[in-house]
Amino acid sequence: MIVDELEKKLRPPEMELKPYPPKVIILTSGEKMVVREVKREETGVLLETIYPLMGVMEDFYDIVAVRMYSEVLGWYRYRVANEFIIVGAIDDVIAGIVTSRCVDENIGMSLHTLTVKRGLRIGAQLFAAKMEHHLEFLDQKEVWIVAESPIGFRRWMIEYGLKNAGDCYPEIHHELGGVPTHILTKEIYDAVRDEKVTGTRPVDPEVLATADTLKAPDEYPQIPGFKRSKS
Amino acid sequence: MRKVAIVGIGHTIFGNLSKFDLVDIMSFASANALDDADIRKDRKIIEQVFVANMGGGILNHQTGIASSLVSRIDLEPAMAELVENGPASGASAIKVGFAAIASGMVDVVMITGGELMRTVTGWQGTDFVATLLHPEAEYNYELTLPAFGGMFARMYMERYGLKEEELAMVAVKDHENGAKNPYAHVQIPCTMEGIYGSENAHIVNNLIADPLRLYGMCPVSDGAASLILCAVDSPKMKYFKKKEPIMISGIGSATDTHCVHHRKDPLELKAVRLGAEKAYAMAGLTPKDISFAELHDPFIILELAISEEVGFWGRGKSKEAIAKGVTRIDGKLPINTSGGLKAKGHPVGATGVSQVFELTKQLRGEAEKGRQVKSPKHGLAVNFGGFGNNVVTIICSKE
Repeated sequence: MIVDELEKKLRPPEMELKPYPPKVIILTSGEKMVVREVKREETGVLLETIYPLMGVMEDFYDIVAVRMYSEVLGWYRYRVANEFIIVGAIDDVIAGIVTSRCVDENIGMSLHTLTVKRGLRIGAQLFAAKMEHHLEFLDQKEVWIVAESPIGFRRWMIEYGLKNAGDCYPEIHHELGGVPTHILTKEIYDAVRDEKVTGTRPVDPEVLATADTLKAPDEYPQIPGFKRSKS
Repeated sequence: MRKVAIVGIGHTIFGNLSKFDLVDIMSFASANALDDADIRKDRKIIEQVFVANMGGGILNHQTGIASSLVSRIDLEPAMAELVENGPASGASAIKVGFAAIASGMVDVVMITGGELMRTVTGWQGTDFVATLLHPEAEYNYELTLPAFGGMFARMYMERYGLKEEELAMVAVKDHENGAKNPYAHVQIPCTMEGIYGSENAHIVNNLIADPLRLYGMCPVSDGAASLILCAVDSPKMKYFKKKEPIMISGIGSATDTHCVHHRKDPLELKAVRLGAEKAYAMAGLTPKDISFAELHDPFIILELAISEEVGFWGRGKSKEAIAKGVTRIDGKLPINTSGGLKAKGHPVGATGVSQVFELTKQLRGEAEKGRQVKSPKHGLAVNFGGFGNNVVTIICSKE
């Protein structure tokens, strides 16, 4: 792709991010979920997955889906700096997506967690994977986090015991909307890691191959009656 | 004493129904029961409504629920009262309804149990249920029902050698049934590898109250269930020709000390045993006559302990029944065919009514494919209030 001079000026400066090594998690259903970073050429299937959830008001899927759609698109079009996206896929089908980015080499900015397949704590596992990437593979010092739904607040702020940095505004403020920022420090992460983060590495090549060609789900538990057309 | 038959049943799905209000969901289940009994047009033959609910006042800031339900489903001038007996409210309401008919006071009664628990956060819900504990000796020490479930499980495991793997087998069996029940909160099966065997299991099936894990606990659910009862000798039985009437053949209840630490042996669930003995005596049956059972299992350890107290096998022996598959849907004595509280969910006020809904459905032969018990004659339900301090047992039978 030829990038003209003006386009170069529009793009943010990028840090080189280490890749997230894939892992596999056996869910309570016995299904194997491959957790891996997505490639830019997989943007289409991500957008296709997210799009139907933009109309679901329940559990704040609408706001999370709309924002995540823009984050994925922003990443694809080079409008967000240092972003990475991780998916959980079961037999190629996307079960959940997380988005995040690095502010600098020390601070991570957690963006969104969206679970398509519900009831198996997939969101919790993908959020944990996102934190694992920030604090273990990218070796950052802390991650800034906000919640946009009560489920998120319970899962992150309470279950992880995040540090509330609401009093430090505006010195510490998350990019999403100005709501109180919470921080996952390396110290907190190390204290909860063994209860929150799981997954087996390296992934058996045969299992990893089940997530080679990502597919958008045909059905959504959040949208009764939804059937993706097979055009 | 007059004979009493179940002539109509209704149920909502259990799960997150917080977009509705409490009386809405009770209305849905009640209307479902009216349709099942085929008396929507003739609904005014119902003379009395008993509503089972534990937390309307605390969780939903709503009182006078029984009269509100009667008005919502256009049953005035039927008499209406609320029955509150903690998580055993449902079976207690059935017992009161049964007594109202058996005494000759009325001929046709509706019993509707419902609870809306997901309007508050999980920990507020847990705190609400903990209000049934002794306020000074238990609640003030921050004891909760899951804490009691964990302590009970640990003690049971130490005494009887029960292993975590065997507890996981109960959850797998319950979820297998729940996955086939369209009313269940969790309609997702789980596997032994997923919740116990894999190297990820300790996290995907995380610890809640040692040794009980996520899959050892019921979900917090909203939901409602409803029954219509009629005196068998009443001329009003002529209205109920559409479905086979199922008899309430035995009811028994008993209490135990409010504080668990006042019991000589905390593993002995005396109220369960006494309640069951009364129900068997009333029905003229023994444990051997029971074809299947719905046992109150907000913590899966209770399915095992209750199955022993009601006399299905000796104390500490339920693990053998589990290992041999006796309690599976195709076993000799299927337990929690609905998925139990573990998979179906536990909207506390609805639970006892939902258990009898399941007994009726099974006895009629109407359970969904894959979870119908073969030729059942008698079903038994145990609805367990407090931590075993107020327990109601109901036996239903084919005529």
